[in-house]
Amino acid sequence: MHRVLGDRRAVVLLLGPALLVYSLIMLVPMVWSLGYSFTKGNTIDGFTGNGVANFSRLLHDPAVHHALWFTLKYAVVVTAGQVVAGYLLALLYVFFLKRASALIRTLVFFPVVLPTVAVGLLFQKFFQVAPQTGPVNSLLNAVGLDSIDFFGSAGSAFWVLVVMDIWRSMGFYAVLLFAGLIDIPDEVLESARLDGATGLRVVRHIVLPLSLPVLMSSLIFSINGTLKVFDSIVALTNGGPGNGTTPLTLYMFQTSFTYSDYGYGSTIALLLTVVCLLVSLVVYRVSRRDLTEG
Amino acid sequence: MSPRMSRPRRARLSLLTAGTASLALLATACGGSGGASAAPKEFSYLSVTENTTVRTALTTLSTGACKSANDALPLKVETVPQASLDQKLQLLGGQNALPVQFAAGNAPALTQQLAKSGKVADLEAKLKELGVYDQLEPAAVSTIKALYGGKLEVLPYEYNIEGIFYNKKLFQENGLKVPGTWDELVSAAAKLQAKGVQPFSASGQQGWPLTRLISGYIYRSLGPDALQKVADGKAKLTDPQYVKAAEEVAALGKKGYFGKGVGSIDYDTAMNQFLTGKAAMFYMGSWALANIADAKQNKVGAENVGFMSFPAVAGGKGSIDQYPSNVGLGITLGAKSFDQKTGDWVTCIAKNYGSTALKDHGSISGFKVNTEVKDANAVTTQVRDTISTSKQNVLWFEALFSTKATTVSQTNAASLVNGSMSPEQFMRTVQDALAAQ
Repeated sequence: MHRVLGDRRAVVLLLGPALLVYSLIMLVPMVWSLGYSFTKGNTIDGFTGNGVANFSRLLHDPAVHHALWFTLKYAVVVTAGQVVAGYLLALLYVFFLKRASALIRTLVFFPVVLPTVAVGLLFQKFFQVAPQTGPVNSLLNAVGLDSIDFFGSAGSAFWVLVVMDIWRSMGFYAVLLFAGLIDIPDEVLESARLDGATGLRVVRHIVLPLSLPVLMSSLIFSINGTLKVFDSIVALTNGGPGNGTTPLTLYMFQTSFTYSDYGYGSTIALLLTVVCLLVSLVVYRVSRRDLTEG
Repeated sequence: MSPRMSRPRRARLSLLTAGTASLALLATACGGSGGASAAPKEFSYLSVTENTTVRTALTTLSTGACKSANDALPLKVETVPQASLDQKLQLLGGQNALPVQFAAGNAPALTQQLAKSGKVADLEAKLKELGVYDQLEPAAVSTIKALYGGKLEVLPYEYNIEGIFYNKKLFQENGLKVPGTWDELVSAAAKLQAKGVQPFSASGQQGWPLTRLISGYIYRSLGPDALQKVADGKAKLTDPQYVKAAEEVAALGKKGYFGKGVGSIDYDTAMNQFLTGKAAMFYMGSWALANIADAKQNKVGAENVGFMSFPAVAGGKGSIDQYPSNVGLGITLGAKSFDQKTGDWVTCIAKNYGSTALKDHGSISGFKVNTEVKDANAVTTQVRDTISTSKQNVLWFEALFSTKATTVSQTNAASLVNGSMSPEQFMRTVQDALAAQ
């Protein structure tokens, strides 16, 4: 194996095609898009350079500030929710349900397979107040509370989104973390128990440190996915009411393709790229430090 | 040693060649569509999926009155969801690959952009050349010109006026007269609400049925040029007399006159609420006549539906015989593909579309009706009479807005009505979006 990888010809041959395809469909458009962010215009009018005007507009655009804040808020809350719920489920599978967990695992995993649009429609009906009162509002009415128009204000729409996305993906993280948890050797757990550790203390001092690597991967996975959220928001609220639940991705899409301002759209895309890069860097830093300590 | 050295170099060379070749391929693929628009082989028509009337009527014509035009240049319909239309047009426009006839974009701004870059045919000149300019209703022509900067950039496949449809039976049962002023409208709504009848049905999800009420109020209080002034920068939506209109509409929402969760009500649901008698009034365009005439949808009976003009505002500069009008989603023809065969099609459409659309679909167009068609019901007759006698028309709230301001206005309308946005805030948000482009 070492001989093959030591040979530069082989390296070029093996790497070349993939690198070429990657460059053509990833790197070239990225650089291209960076170029667009210094222009104004669209495919009909043509493009004209306008220097750094898009960047100064980015700094002063309240819609961008709102979208950036929403994106971060959403990413933090949903990531925390997904990973915590997934971890609790994984603990449930391993330590409580044990070998009987297959059925529950399948059921909890099921929403992951469902198309996002279907889940979006499901939750729309679930939380709706008109034309029919949805199940959630019926429940509220049953206990004597007034109906809430969940999609009428940005605050409540945000929480419906959070609930939906956690429900939709916790099964995935549960399976991912489950794989990490069953790797913990039984002997370690047993000796801890013999030493008198029970319940939460086993989790806190044995299970958590030993499953930290997979927990960190889940975290990176989740934060990268939630920063780039698009489909579930389009399906559930389409960014509304107003721009109340519009993340950067959706604002970028609208700016480029609905308002046909490709230049400014590219600038927003650049901001999103920078945010993703920064967050990834921070997460990698933190995870590496923790691993060496552990 | 030397063959070993040269092999990587050769590999690098071949890699480079392959890379250059694929780049060249990419470049030719991008630039290769320039000549696509010469002499069309089909009467291609890009329609929005949501509109079935125009394409069905054209298909009917292609086997009937326009058979000879169709034999020379067969009709081919392609559809795209309305939400993706603008995007598709931009791509096709950028590649010079626009179809012969196409839905011209969700806002007149895009059509004007296409026209400025020479991609849209000069329809007035073409129709005059073909001798069928007189087949267009003058009212429709003036509406198009008001919308498209004084030019005839689209064909009037639809011609609509807007107003308030009301349930005659519910009005009678509650002892109400047709309101002539805004104050009467508000007090009628209050009476209905007190009796447990929802006064208005409106789609907050679409947004525009709500912003139409704002523009209605603005036109009645400030006169027919009020929104042109905003477009010209002579007035701002944040001026108090404009904000007043938003306040009035927000007040209707605050009193619950639109029912629960107006933001979640989609177009079909709003229509359904009115046609099943759950709501007494429904602001809508005359295209709703097709639904009203359909006994399957209309459970209250066409004879129980009346049509009234948007009421007057006391002391206002506008009058109630100025109807908001539009030509639906504009449909236009490409400049480069407009040849003689296309001209034959357009001539045939101009002469026959009006009666076919009215007869088969109950849809009123801006083409003359050359074969007499009997109206389906009284309210259709009322609307057609109104159209033929109306002297001055007005536009709608977003008619002169950019695409962005249009979206901002329509997506925030529900928030205005449910109170999560104040009237000043709403008007400021829309004004900011207007100023941004």
